[in-house]
Amino acid sequence: MAVTAPAFETIAPPAASARKRRYTEDQVPLRKVIVRMIAGFIVLAIFVLPYVIMFFGSVKTKAQIRSVDPTYFPTEWHWENYVNMWSTPETPLPQNLISTIIISVFATLIVLLVAMPAAYYTARFKFPFRMVFLFLVIVTQMLQPAVLTSGLFRQFLAFDMIDTWAAMIFINAAFNLSFAVWIMHSFFAGIPKEVDEAAQIDGAGRLRVLFTISLPLVWPGIVTAIVFTFVACWNEFAASLVILSTAGNQPLSVALTKFVGQYETSWQYVFGVSIVAIVPVVILFMIIEKRLVGGLTAGSVK
Amino acid sequence: MSTTSDASPIQAGAADGRPRPGSGAPAKGGAAAPRPRGRDLLHALPWIGPALILIFGVVLFPAVVMFYNSTRDISQSGVDKGSVGLDNYIEVFNFPYFWPIFGRTIIWVVVVVVATVVISLGLAQILNKAFPGRRIVRLAVIIPWAASVVMTTMVVYYGLEPYFGIINKFLVDIGLVDTPEGYGWTRNPVTAFAWSIVVAIFVSLPFTTYTILAGLQTVPGEVLEAAKMDGAGPIRTYWGVVLPQLRSALAVAVLINIINVFNSLPILKVMTGSIPGYDADTIMTMIFKYIQNQHKVDVASALSVVAFVIVIVIVAVYVRVVKPMKEV
Repeated sequence: MAVTAPAFETIAPPAASARKRRYTEDQVPLRKVIVRMIAGFIVLAIFVLPYVIMFFGSVKTKAQIRSVDPTYFPTEWHWENYVNMWSTPETPLPQNLISTIIISVFATLIVLLVAMPAAYYTARFKFPFRMVFLFLVIVTQMLQPAVLTSGLFRQFLAFDMIDTWAAMIFINAAFNLSFAVWIMHSFFAGIPKEVDEAAQIDGAGRLRVLFTISLPLVWPGIVTAIVFTFVACWNEFAASLVILSTAGNQPLSVALTKFVGQYETSWQYVFGVSIVAIVPVVILFMIIEKRLVGGLTAGSVK
Repeated sequence: MSTTSDASPIQAGAADGRPRPGSGAPAKGGAAAPRPRGRDLLHALPWIGPALILIFGVVLFPAVVMFYNSTRDISQSGVDKGSVGLDNYIEVFNFPYFWPIFGRTIIWVVVVVVATVVISLGLAQILNKAFPGRRIVRLAVIIPWAASVVMTTMVVYYGLEPYFGIINKFLVDIGLVDTPEGYGWTRNPVTAFAWSIVVAIFVSLPFTTYTILAGLQTVPGEVLEAAKMDGAGPIRTYWGVVLPQLRSALAVAVLINIINVFNSLPILKVMTGSIPGYDADTIMTMIFKYIQNQHKVDVASALSVVAFVIVIVIVAVYVRVVKPMKEV
């Protein structure tokens, strides 16, 4: 999920604190509050609905789910689906889960290792072609693997890396780099220079300043970058579809599409696996919810 | 806030001079003579080098490969059989379904982005108001953003299945569909495409809503008060005061949405992938049909280049007209 085309400008630290608490400021009439709650509830229902359908489907039997007169709610709860789903004929789901995890974890690690120094240095020091470098980073944000797949396919074919996790790790890392650089850059730029200058006077080397002084201060930015990158890799689809051809190598996003259009689709398993794949990621995302408002746009939208 | 952000390539003296190992005195703020540029670049390389390698190796180089391949004749097994000039492009444009696919791509992008922005404006307005339970509603709005697009689409696909799909059953129950088995939404290219648009809007809402929500935080309370004092109603206030303040947030959100929606593959792949023919394809799904079904990497590359150019043109025109990076 590409997130934004940043302008590499200044940032205020996460704006969550600036959020207005109007509760106390002026008393809203009760009627208005009730209207808002109803509107809020409708919004909630709409956004949760597909995933509730998914969950209910995951505990139905195949017969129930394919019954000509389906019930909205499961009449009995078949939790054993969550055990049986790992052995379906369509695709080796346990392997798909493992490859999703491996690709996402390693790609996120690479992004972190590559983006952090770049973000730190561009935020702190001037050097020739600095703006050219930042412009390059923005350009990669404009591109997505989907539009480059044929090039990626030929390139990794030439490197003999087609159908390998390594290829997907590099692709995911490269296309998520720009967001990570951008958000960390804004956080680093937000630290007053005096803070690490003071440390340098005290005789700390540049690396030590980075690790002991700057990193703790930009930690929220790093967490945001990690979560975003991880979620994007976890859900990546287009490049995996072309680069990974062996069923066992494919991530869940690609593997699940094999169920579509098949006459005897085991929907209950598709949904069970989806729930297992979605819940942890959604929780991760909810953890940084506060920062979504501030951090996301702070750099580009002042 | 940060003084390091301006583009000036000139070393600005003591204000910017920071002690660098190997560049002379470690003492702070010494008379900073302009250092050689090459040396500064050399110092920067260990920090930005890995990023450069990744960007050149996995983004820019494949782009070059793609351009090159679009002029080659590549066999089904992947052997390069020499140059064919622009033949691949001729094949792309002579494909009888190309222009319908092109038109559908435009519809896809315009409808999804416009609907997303309009709905998000309303959603952000609701989420910005104080009411008990707002936090839960905000969290719920995130779900489609974090959840895999493939999985979200698959639930809708299942729901639309005739006979046993839940959405079909619901539409029958409320009387919108009069055949008891429902309607084969995903069997017909037009309806499958229309539902794909619905799904695409749904999964684009969270990001857009949150961006607008962030923009709403920048609307000063005093200005709203002043508008109220002057007797402006809520609608006038929204059009006259709030919307102009949202300009930059909206500009960025629209740009990102255009890029994402244009490049979107999974929704159409799931919803329309099993329909034979080319009546529900966009440029993006067509590229994958060339690669996967017909094994024509050369023609796929040519179409990718066309897509690439379209994205660049749209973005360039958009940036020129709207100036999303401009500060308000």
